[in-house]
Amino acid sequence: MSSNKKYWKSVEELNENSSIVEALQQNEFVEPIPTDEFLGDKESLESSSTSRRDFLKYVGFSTAAASLAACEGPVIKSIPYIVQPTEIIPGVANYYATTIADGFDFTSVLVKTREGRPIKIENNTEAGASGIANARVNASVLGLYDNLRVKSPMKGDSKISWETFMSETTSKLNGLNGKAIVFLTQTLPSPSTNKLIADFKAKYGNVNHVVYDAVSESATLDAYQAKYGVRGMANYDFSKAKTIVSIGADFLGDWQGGGFESAYAKKRIPEDGKMSRHIQFESNMSLSGANADKRVPLTPSQQKIALAKLYSEVTGNSAGGAKLPEGLDAAVKAAAKEISKAGSNAVVVTGIQDVNAQTVVLELNTYLKSKAFDPKTTIKTRQGSDKAVMQLVSDMKAGKVGAIIMNGVNPIYTLPNASDFSEGLAKTELSIAFSMKQDETSTNCQYIAAAPHYLESWGDIEMKAGHYSMMQPTIRPLFDTKQFQEVLMGWTDKSGSYRDFLKSYWTINILGGASFNKAVQDGVFVSSSAKNGGNSSSTSIETTTALKDKKDRTFLGGVIHDVAVGVGIKDEDKDEYVTNTTATTVNNGGSVAGGSVSALSGGEAARALASSAKGSAMELLLYTKTGMGDGQQANNPWLQEFPDPITRTTWDNYLTVSQADADRLELKNWNVANGGLNGSYAKVSVNGAEAITVPVIIQPGQAKGSVGLSFGFGRTSKGLKEEMKTGVNAYPLYQNFNSVQNVTIEKASGEHEFACVQLHNTLMGRGDIIKETTLEVFNTKDKKHWNAVPVVSLNHIETPVTSPDVDLWDEFDRSIGHHFNLSIDLNACTGCGACVIACHAENNVPVVGKSEMRRSRDMHWLRIDRYYSHQDTFESDDAKKDGFSGLFGDNGSLGGFGEMENPAENPQVAFQPVMCQHCNHAPCETVCPVAATAHGRQGQNHMAYNRCVGTRYCANNCPYKVRRFNWFLYNKNDEFDYYMNDDLGRMVLNPDVVVRSRGVMEKCSMCIQKTQKTILDAKRDGREVKDGEFQTACSAACGNGAMVFGDINDKESKISALKEDDRMYHLLEYVGTKPNVIYQTKVRNTSKA
Amino acid sequence: MKKSYQSLEDNSTYYMKQVIYRSLTSRIVSLCFALLLAFSTSLTAQEGDPVNGKSLYNSNCAACHKLDKPMTGPALRNVEARLADEQGLDREWLSAWIRNSSSLIKSGDAYANKIFNEYNGTPMTPFPQLSDQDISDILAYTAEEKKEPVVVESNTNEGASQQGGVSNDIILGALALLFGLLAMALVLVNRTLNRFAKAKDIEVFTAQEKRTPLWKAFVQNQFLVLVTAIIFLLASGYFVYGYFMQVGVDQGYEPVQPIHYSHRIHAGDNGIDCKYCHSSARVSKTSGIPSLNVCMNCHKSISEVAPETLAEGTEYGVDYNAEIQKLYDAVGWDGTGYTGDSKPVKWIRIHNLPDFAYFNHSQHVEVGGIECQTCHGPVEEMEIMYQNAPLTMGWCINCHRETNVKVKDNEYYTKIHEELSKKYGVEQLTVAQMGGLECGKCHY
Repeated sequence: MSSNKKYWKSVEELNENSSIVEALQQNEFVEPIPTDEFLGDKESLESSSTSRRDFLKYVGFSTAAASLAACEGPVIKSIPYIVQPTEIIPGVANYYATTIADGFDFTSVLVKTREGRPIKIENNTEAGASGIANARVNASVLGLYDNLRVKSPMKGDSKISWETFMSETTSKLNGLNGKAIVFLTQTLPSPSTNKLIADFKAKYGNVNHVVYDAVSESATLDAYQAKYGVRGMANYDFSKAKTIVSIGADFLGDWQGGGFESAYAKKRIPEDGKMSRHIQFESNMSLSGANADKRVPLTPSQQKIALAKLYSEVTGNSAGGAKLPEGLDAAVKAAAKEISKAGSNAVVVTGIQDVNAQTVVLELNTYLKSKAFDPKTTIKTRQGSDKAVMQLVSDMKAGKVGAIIMNGVNPIYTLPNASDFSEGLAKTELSIAFSMKQDETSTNCQYIAAAPHYLESWGDIEMKAGHYSMMQPTIRPLFDTKQFQEVLMGWTDKSGSYRDFLKSYWTINILGGASFNKAVQDGVFVSSSAKNGGNSSSTSIETTTALKDKKDRTFLGGVIHDVAVGVGIKDEDKDEYVTNTTATTVNNGGSVAGGSVSALSGGEAARALASSAKGSAMELLLYTKTGMGDGQQANNPWLQEFPDPITRTTWDNYLTVSQADADRLELKNWNVANGGLNGSYAKVSVNGAEAITVPVIIQPGQAKGSVGLSFGFGRTSKGLKEEMKTGVNAYPLYQNFNSVQNVTIEKASGEHEFACVQLHNTLMGRGDIIKETTLEVFNTKDKKHWNAVPVVSLNHIETPVTSPDVDLWDEFDRSIGHHFNLSIDLNACTGCGACVIACHAENNVPVVGKSEMRRSRDMHWLRIDRYYSHQDTFESDDAKKDGFSGLFGDNGSLGGFGEMENPAENPQVAFQPVMCQHCNHAPCETVCPVAATAHGRQGQNHMAYNRCVGTRYCANNCPYKVRRFNWFLYNKNDEFDYYMNDDLGRMVLNPDVVVRSRGVMEKCSMCIQKTQKTILDAKRDGREVKDGEFQTACSAACGNGAMVFGDINDKESKISALKEDDRMYHLLEYVGTKPNVIYQTKVRNTSKA
Repeated sequence: MKKSYQSLEDNSTYYMKQVIYRSLTSRIVSLCFALLLAFSTSLTAQEGDPVNGKSLYNSNCAACHKLDKPMTGPALRNVEARLADEQGLDREWLSAWIRNSSSLIKSGDAYANKIFNEYNGTPMTPFPQLSDQDISDILAYTAEEKKEPVVVESNTNEGASQQGGVSNDIILGALALLFGLLAMALVLVNRTLNRFAKAKDIEVFTAQEKRTPLWKAFVQNQFLVLVTAIIFLLASGYFVYGYFMQVGVDQGYEPVQPIHYSHRIHAGDNGIDCKYCHSSARVSKTSGIPSLNVCMNCHKSISEVAPETLAEGTEYGVDYNAEIQKLYDAVGWDGTGYTGDSKPVKWIRIHNLPDFAYFNHSQHVEVGGIECQTCHGPVEEMEIMYQNAPLTMGWCINCHRETNVKVKDNEYYTKIHEELSKKYGVEQLTVAQMGGLECGKCHY
């Protein structure tokens, strides 16, 4: 069950004829290193200008010089404060609560500061789900120390003072002669800022505020607004759902602002034999699809049919016979059946950027009275309106806009019609961009108002209705910057600081008598109405439903109809809905959004119809990568080097193509001699527009007839280092803000070199590293069936490897003091990668750059392996094989075998975070010639960098391949011009962890600096350490509760219970290394309803 | 010459006698005075005890007043006499001012207002608790004559010792000259004698040839050469090893600091606790170099050192008052207030652990209860701070092997100590037994 599954890491491995895979299983490199050739090559040795004698001379001289140079130590200065702030004690960290709100990520966070420098972002547990930092938020601290930030306000290319800026802009604003002033801002649900903008409007008149999201959720917002009257999005609490059906919604990624994964993960851990069931219909392989129990690949247009079908199946309100392939049709029907069975315990979500689709989902959840669906707590982190932005661009082109003031947006990079925008921008009399960078847009503006980083700013954010977050500065502005709000106050002649304004605004309007300082300290504030509302939300929803039921049903009928028509429902079906359609029109007359419903659906319908009719056309689904989001943090080397959870590729974006389409278009991926992945290029064009050339990655599970491409790459501006200008810009393909585009694809010449880490670091053929089972087996069978301890033969008796009789080593007594263990629950791990970046920040892990990554010299101490496996078990394969009858037909062996032989079509995915396993019987320790790596009593495998001489024996002997070698000096080295190469960037380094030098091995230390600090705190207070106090960077960053760290000698602790859990297993247990990292077997809920 | 010598001697005895005589009288007088004070209450408040006055002055007034220099408040030397002479104000006014200056100011007293405005409108702390006697004691102290520092004497001493140094050199030079002359004389004598011998045809005996020279014999004996070579190699190996082992070990490192800060005066003479200034040693990994505001806690009122201390300073070639002035320059203190014009003091760091070694002061100071002096040496005797310990890993490890963990009254250790001491069969656990020798405890 668990162990007879075949796992594979890349498509290459499925190719039986691939010698590379075979070679990589046994060797570190695909080809033998040609040392003999080199040494035996007399000619090249003789022709070399450096003779052996010369070499020895140089060595001798440099050794002598080095030792002479070492004789005199440097003089180090120590400069104390003149007046030391009372809250700062050198060497002790302070934590401040603040909030990131960059227009894409909205999270309440805790910021760790040392000697006044913010060095790490942590989760704000006070804030619940909105206090969990994803990979990008974790990495955002590095943006503060970006040397390419705008350091003072600028006019064109020259620096000016703020006084000049204020006087010039104010006079220009006053001299517009009634021409419109437009604010183009990111989504900023900040009550105080909105007040300031309102005051500005009152003063200057003719002011228009346009909110713009680079990656639009406009359809969702329109649908929600039409139904609930507020611009926002419905809240979902997946911890209350037992059955989750998602149609194209990557809700574990950035869907509708993200932040849903922690609630989802709660219900994924089997408890009393129960866990939630997750069915995902999607085209690109997303994080959500990877975590789903059942994943059905569908092209975006098929998803629309599926959604309509699902609705009609569940509500019994037939939408007619849509044309879905038979297998898919069955899958939709099965999902509908499960939803019906679960009733209010089910929830349906969709990511289709279509007002109709979003409306269907709102209606469906209302119909189900879904407990997980909470439309009352409006999520406000997306506010943009496509229509308004388009209107603005045409107004600008027409010269109607006098002044444009932008904040937190980069339209020339992110707009599909960026050239129209720049044309319009040139026609404005005044253009100001509040920006941290000289980016694509701000360089084209007259003024760049140097904006501070969020860690230097004040602010307030209303994340959800009534749920506020506070932003407070954690450091004085590093540069001569002013935040948007401050300048707004200047323009409206308000005195005092923005902080004072914020405080008085909050005291009057929000706090209701609560303390402002407390709100700042907590970073979050929930208004009393929201608290009460939250408690009684379920009842109030029901009342709304009851009131609105009839009216909305008819409205929905129209929507369903539109969708159905769009995807090819027969004409007679149309007639059935004539009356309903009329009702819809009446209903929609009132609202703006409603008006756009029919308009949008018409266009959608035509395209969807075309695609479903032809079948050969390709659909492109644009998505955001976990590491890069909308691309505003593109100059962040941590994020560039962050391996995408699905493709495990760094420093790139690419076109994801299914195997079948790749074969058809002759697109290829192959591995070359050094283990690096290469791929072909493809030309992608939308509506016959100019094609862009993109490298191709063949993505198992990609729906046939669809391709995927991510936003956020292909930046070109001055605000980025050359190394960071990676990938291609996908925004030009984002026509009409529609993430689904019909494209034509053809192969282009050339080959692309990827830096993909998945096939790196061979496990020496020990592939069975992951354990999984199904909920059914988990519930019904004994542990030894699905999580057996491996046995070895001792005197022809099978003995478990855990037995001391078969052990090579003597066991040490670790029962005294602390003994740390880290548990990783493969069920709760969604692969989001927040831990990877948290580890990066905590442990000063260097960035090595693309070419080194490609050579498998990545330095990540913590990697998240992604494994594919065939959907079914061998048993079910056998059953299927036995069930074949005849050659042809549904049960025909001809098609059936073909299907079975192509596991890449729809694989199951498993994520497994792997770091140093801190083996009690560590193979690395025994082979170190200088005893640089040794074991501690607390279970940690220590690594003394200063002792290491770099033989790399340990890395070779490590069965888990978690040791990382410093091939070069990665700090203060111009060859690696990332953050460790400039004084500003090095500010982010953790002073408690040493920065390693060239030629030493490094690896996960189980955050020994953190455990030691916890112990010291307890010693100083004279108390025992409480459970939950011990944390590693990764366990603290994991909002899903997948990583639990603690002391197993504390029998009451959570980790002790997890260690005894039935699901517990060790990686490669039969090697007998006795690791201190434990894993919880992945359980898939394959139970059919 | 003889006469004047005598007279000088005479003079000195005379002076000495006089000094003795005077001190005797003053002692008697003061004794009587004390007796009178003890037995009589009718004594008027006009008289004061300067000794008691000094202690009262130091505890109440010295924070804002100096005797000879205005500080927060005016200089107080002979304040009573001065007021009486210049302003015609009597002690009554002075007492009223001391007990509650602000009410005096409010009453519209001209001089009170003048002095109040002169010193930036800072009201003087009222001292209603001071009795008439206390006030007269204080005034008696302020009325004392200013003592001239006894610097001259030590200066002459130094001069004398310097003179001695010069004369030694001369003697040595003379001796060298003498030897040179002797050698020259011998050579000359030898030559003359030889010439005589030649002239008289006497054969001079020379013991040349026959015996092979010592060095040749040595070279010919291969065994000896071998042994010597081995010894030489071993010895040079020993010294080379010793040389390399001290590379990077800066024991005794005593750099010249931007401000001559004397731990001897602060920690030694004044007995200030180390952690008063190095307060972060209690909670942090660094002991912290005190910020300048910590210095100013005391140095706001101590702008000059006592004359005796100043005299000691000459021993080290330093003027302590000038050093305090350096602090004032750095912190921007003009004697009465902060100017805001400050500049950092760039101390030279003495104890430099390499980056790869993690050391935490609070672990040792607060949890372990280790005295600062254990590692830093007799800081209270150091005029200039120097590195006392080698700060090598061997040195750390040794201490970890020998030192017992302070487990008493620390709940953290209760369980672990009980179990571990049973395991090792000891009463007291050393740091090493607790795991203090593990690599990862200090290297991460």
